Amino acid sequence: MDSLFKERKSRLDIFHQWRKKAKPKSKEIPDHVFMSCTHCHTSVAMMDLVSNHYVCPKCHHPFKISARERIRQLIDENTFKETNAKMISIDPDDFPGYKEKLERLQKQTGMNEAIITGTGKIGGFSCVIGVMDSNFFMGSMSAAVGEKITRAIELATKKKLPLILCCTSGGARMQEGILSLVQMAKTSAAMKKHSEMGLLSIIVLTHPTTGGVSASFAMLGDIILSEPYALVGFAGKRVIEDTIHEKLPDNFQTAEFVLEKGFIDRIVPREKMKEELERLLSFHCKRSIS
Amino acid sequence: MNLKEAQQKINEIKIQQMQVDEKDLDMWNDYQKQIETIQKETVLTPWDHVELVRRPDRPKAQDYIDLLFDEFVELHGDRKSLDDPAMLCGLGSFHGMPVTILAQSKGKTVEENLKQHFGMPQPEGYRKALRLAKQAEKFNRPIITFVDTPGAYPGKEAEEKGQAQAIADCLYTFSSLKTPVVCFVLSEGGSGGALALSVADKIFMLEYAVYSILSPEGFASILWKDGSRAKEACDVMKLTSKDLLEKKVIDGIVSEPFGGAASNLQSVVERMDVMLRDALQDLTQMKISTLVERRYEKFRHLGDGSWKMLR
Ligand SMILES: [Zn+2]
Ligand SMILES: [Zn+2]
Repeated sequence: MDSLFKERKSRLDIFHQWRKKAKPKSKEIPDHVFMSCTHCHTSVAMMDLVSNHYVCPKCHHPFKISARERIRQLIDENTFKETNAKMISIDPDDFPGYKEKLERLQKQTGMNEAIITGTGKIGGFSCVIGVMDSNFFMGSMSAAVGEKITRAIELATKKKLPLILCCTSGGARMQEGILSLVQMAKTSAAMKKHSEMGLLSIIVLTHPTTGGVSASFAMLGDIILSEPYALVGFAGKRVIEDTIHEKLPDNFQTAEFVLEKGFIDRIVPREKMKEELERLLSFHCKRSIS
Repeated sequence: MNLKEAQQKINEIKIQQMQVDEKDLDMWNDYQKQIETIQKETVLTPWDHVELVRRPDRPKAQDYIDLLFDEFVELHGDRKSLDDPAMLCGLGSFHGMPVTILAQSKGKTVEENLKQHFGMPQPEGYRKALRLAKQAEKFNRPIITFVDTPGAYPGKEAEEKGQAQAIADCLYTFSSLKTPVVCFVLSEGGSGGALALSVADKIFMLEYAVYSILSPEGFASILWKDGSRAKEACDVMKLTSKDLLEKKVIDGIVSEPFGGAASNLQSVVERMDVMLRDALQDLTQMKISTLVERRYEKFRHLGDGSWKMLR
């Protein structure tokens, strides 16, 4: 019992620390903290990064951000209400090492699973939003993630609201086996029902969106947007190279590549994403010619 | 005893059995009993299942189509750019009832398999299946799908032509298709490429077939960075028909004779015939709205035992 309390307390502490971090005030960020851009390797001062939506000021590559940060960037202040926040995976099959990994990630990230869902407003437009987080298990699809996404879609259907899903995922969660795989079917079916009600869904692809997630809800929005340079594809690059015995070009499976091939609507820089979503949402409110 | 050892032992006994004098019936029966005991006592490991369904003599979709249906008319092409031979589609007659057949098709020869990518469909294959699924809906024809693929084809062009989008579209459209869908997992069901044809009202699986999130090799390579540990992966993957029935991913198992469907295909097809007939009688009597709602609910609750709410 004691240890349970201790564990909860340590989790709460992490949570409180993270809460403080979630809305960074410029004063709190030490100006000596630098982050290196994974693309151009420039060192960027944390402060500049925060004020620039975590986009490299030099080469415009977006840095990896948490789901909380993305919600902060996209949703109008004080309008976000989280749903199903306390849902966690329970590993009924005792897959070797899985439980331990889940617990470690929960402590590390302060998250319960790889997605945050909820309701909120974007430019005053109410919507349901789900944001995946690659810091947690590479954003992989567990049954819990599938359930949270499905509940978010069903909530949007029930409340007749537009749906925004921000994707980032390495694909299925191997440890959950077939029940991870079938979440692709479950979420896709929920998307169909939402669409049949005449409701709008917008998908935002972010780096990376691959495997099972790319072959389900991520490809099923009325409008599909992507951040620049995001990896978007079904099969792993190495698997393809091993199959066809040929080296793939550098731009293969990038957002720019899938735009050219006709599978997404638009590439939108991170700093313009909120504005873009507002604009798209505004096209979907009934208005007559003035 | 594992499958290989058992089959070796059985072959040895069979040789001895053949040498028995015709009049010595007791002796012959004695050998027969020994064989049956070995068959009963042999426990197949999950890896045995994988090896068994990958044997070249394992019957393919075409064999089942030939035996299960009175007639079959193949229909080709996705009406956009290609006809994918890894997806065998067409019209069939099942005891007089017109049905649409969509099958992942492995070849029988090396040549065929090179063309058919060992049963790994390209996006065009999924689009052909989808086109004919919508046609089946239009004519109120039940759809019978056969799953037999290691996965969707991981090629350069397959990505360029939207493998992800093609599979997603299958999941999306089949989820509310207004006609019954019955699926048989024949041998190998791997990843999203298999799932694309298994959004069905009833899913049956051959006893020794495997159906999993990824091929055992892919699984081991992702999880342990070592594809050669496939056999070990099988022990934790829960990919046999029994595992899948337990998880309610499938609705029934088609039992197979010892050694698999290849050793007595006719008996397997007879069982499939009964199961398909019962399923279709059930499903075709259902109100379409009930049918579609039930299909949604079936998938809606898969994985319910894998999460909980913290208090
Ligand atoms: Zn940079
Ligand atoms: Zn449920």
